[in-house]
Amino acid sequence: MKEFKMSPKPMWNSLGDIPMGSSCPSFHITDINAGWRVFKPVVDLEKCIGCYRCYFVCPDGAIHMSDDKKADVDYSFCKGCGICAHECKPKAISMIKEEK
Amino acid sequence: MSDFAFLSGNEAIAYGVKLSRPHVIAAYPITPQTKAVEKLSSFVQDGELDCKYMHVESEHSAMACSIGSSSVGARTFTATSSQGLLYMSECLPYASGARLPIVMMNANRSIATPWNIYGDQMDSMHVINSGWIQLYVEDAQEALDMVIQSFKLAENHNILTPVMINVDGFVLTHTYEKVEIPLQEEVDNFLPEIQASPHLMSDDNKTSMCISAGNQHYMGFKVKQHRDMFKVFDELKQIDNDFHKAFGRNYGSAVEGYQFEDAEALLITTGSVTGTVRVVVDEMRAEGKKVGVVKLRLLRPFPAGDLVSKISGAKAVGVLDKNISFGYEGTVFTNVNSALFQKGASLKTINFIGGLGGKDITKGNIRQMFQTLQSGEGETVQYSNMGCTL
Amino acid sequence: MSTNTKLNARKLDSTENFYGHKACGGCGESLALRLALKVLGDEAYLSLPAGCMAAVSFIYPNMAFKNNAIITPFASTAAVTTGIAAGLEALGKKKPLSVGFAGDGGTADIGIQSLSGAIDRGEKFIYICTDNEAYMNTGIQKSGLTPFGAATTTTPSGKVIHGNINEKKNMFEIVAAHGIEYAATASVGYLEDFINKVQKAKDCAGPSYIHVYSPCPTGWGHGSEITVDLGKEVVDTGLWYLAEFEKGEFSLNLKPKDFKPVKDHLMRQNRFRHINDEEIKMIETTRDAKWAKMLKNWNI
Ligand SMILES: Cc1ncc(C[n+]2csc(CCOP(=O)(O)OP(=O)(O)O)c2C)c(N)n1
Ligand code: SF4
Ligand code: SF4
Ligand code: SF4
Ligand SMILES: [Mg+2]
Repeated sequence: MKEFKMSPKPMWNSLGDIPMGSSCPSFHITDINAGWRVFKPVVDLEKCIGCYRCYFVCPDGAIHMSDDKKADVDYSFCKGCGICAHECKPKAISMIKEEK
Repeated sequence: MSDFAFLSGNEAIAYGVKLSRPHVIAAYPITPQTKAVEKLSSFVQDGELDCKYMHVESEHSAMACSIGSSSVGARTFTATSSQGLLYMSECLPYASGARLPIVMMNANRSIATPWNIYGDQMDSMHVINSGWIQLYVEDAQEALDMVIQSFKLAENHNILTPVMINVDGFVLTHTYEKVEIPLQEEVDNFLPEIQASPHLMSDDNKTSMCISAGNQHYMGFKVKQHRDMFKVFDELKQIDNDFHKAFGRNYGSAVEGYQFEDAEALLITTGSVTGTVRVVVDEMRAEGKKVGVVKLRLLRPFPAGDLVSKISGAKAVGVLDKNISFGYEGTVFTNVNSALFQKGASLKTINFIGGLGGKDITKGNIRQMFQTLQSGEGETVQYSNMGCTL
Repeated sequence: MSTNTKLNARKLDSTENFYGHKACGGCGESLALRLALKVLGDEAYLSLPAGCMAAVSFIYPNMAFKNNAIITPFASTAAVTTGIAAGLEALGKKKPLSVGFAGDGGTADIGIQSLSGAIDRGEKFIYICTDNEAYMNTGIQKSGLTPFGAATTTTPSGKVIHGNINEKKNMFEIVAAHGIEYAATASVGYLEDFINKVQKAKDCAGPSYIHVYSPCPTGWGHGSEITVDLGKEVVDTGLWYLAEFEKGEFSLNLKPKDFKPVKDHLMRQNRFRHINDEEIKMIETTRDAKWAKMLKNWNI
């Protein structure tokens, strides 16, 4: 996602640092999901026609459309499920094995 | 000038709730609580109470709706009893863990089976570990007043813990007494609008609630909750003092004694039976017997220090339990013994289990208990008014 | 074709309100949730019972929802959802938007009572059932919405009994029978249809319900890349259908000309690999009977 900021992990030094109740601020994202991937989607910008399909179908919201209407993957949060590649009609996305 | 009226305990609760101006009431009927929710419904239907009354389909939903409304900062009341309390029991630690200031009336009643609609404390003891503040009241006036005090206590930002006001089924819920009904302005002054805590959900402060915490964090959340419970003693004392200034009535601390200072034999009670014990104490004092009574108004948090300071001068202490923890003893008895042991006080204690399913606890039975305490004889756990041998 | 084609991918709000969650790759439920939130906006208050979506979104200190959100007791989605609406309203908020998201088990089994009670009270709330046809969060056990033939960990493909012997409960019509203001079925295979139904629910004055078919790669045993594909194919085979209930009338949104082959569709999912031709016949017979009724009685 554009303009997205991670939140710091809280440190508990005393009971006073523990949140009240079982509450936490919303959209408090402390961990990325990049490590989950076996394959990574790579967009061929030449082939991409900016149809929004991959953005629409990604369960993780890890694709946004760039200013020039091309698919842009947020690799911090893409899990490599392959739906985007499977659904892309012009076959602009290929799933490439991650190097470990 | 405040009004006086003849009210049952149920109605007194309803008046206390009306005066507290809750935003939301979600409740499901069960004997002997029904008159309380009927009265509240008619206050709402008659336009005397401006509040959202949710006609839920079960107690589980009564508490779940209460969790919902309280989690956005609305003042919320519910009422139940017995099977209903057990049916909602999943939601009780939920509400306390989320630190939601819900106030609930529980009409103390037995638990099936056998089915029985009359009063004992098996229901509230079943949920004593649910993280709710447990108050026990002695009469209708205290029931009304404690509703108002309970909202103030629960909503205090140091406390933020739900309160269960226990009212003995039938003996209190259905008995009429003269009750003073405070004026609305005076209650409004004493109990201002709820100040929503920042840990709740709101448009300005988006929050995720009732989250999950792994083995690294869960215990921290729970220990914090537990430690905060002990703040109830001081806050309640303060609230009670302020209540006295505003309304001319107060109820003392978590433990209230009568003729206890020089008593050799003491009975520890909860709830309405205390009234009968006081009468017996007066009679026996007139006969020159050094007996007294100590009433526990709070069972959670348990006022161990206060209690021991009031009973440690006695030779023998009896604990009247309207419940059994099967395979052991009465629950209050276990708590009292633990308090005595922790504070290094050692004295003879006897557990009198009685009143189950509405069984009478007569003046004669109470006199018998004092005599047993004075003689120091018999089993540690005894059953009052059994009507047959063991 | 669907009459609801007002919203589409381009018109959706580009910001994400559900991000960094820990659902399995290719999870259908999380896709439904993500897109619903683009329609509902971050002002909606969300209630989710125990279930996968709650389990993957609120793991302290990682909170995946931008909205106010709460995990509810398993049976209590609709109760908490309406309690939130009641509380907000009583505090003076005009038209609060309170939305429940529950799985099939949380909806059709343990939560059906509180859902029924809440619809009956008639208060405004939205309830979205993300149906992955089993109790996934506890490890793929049978629910009331597990379809005939499917293997789960409590209805395994045994030597004597082949998977689940019960039919899927008809939650859509159970909800409609309450006389609810708006109810719809949907699928993550027809996402435009789904988001427009969410928009309709948002615009309702009273209670509304959307039942969205949500494949689960982990529980169904299929490749994570075909979640949306399966969600489309199940409608094209006639095993699921896109429909609405509005103003007391049922209507079908889509009628495939010819049904795609059932067998091919089922064989793409491990949970159906064991079933034989006779069982597939039974599935087709049930489907045909259902369609005959729908075509006879519902608007098209
Ligand atoms: C009262 C209660 N009973 C059982 C559970 C255990 N439980 C948690 S989630 C779950 C299954 C959820 O299934 P479903 O509603 O279909 O959601 P899914 O995980 O499939 O998304 C179960 C059985 C619970 N949390 N609470
Ligand atoms: S689906 Fe393919 S063509 Fe369409 S935007 Fe994505 S990458 Fe480009
Ligand atoms: S591989 Fe899956 S998670 Fe990654 S961008 Fe594509 S659809 Fe999203
Ligand atoms: S088990 Fe299924 S429903 Fe649960 S997170 Fe994984 S894919 Fe989603
Ligand atoms: Mg499920």
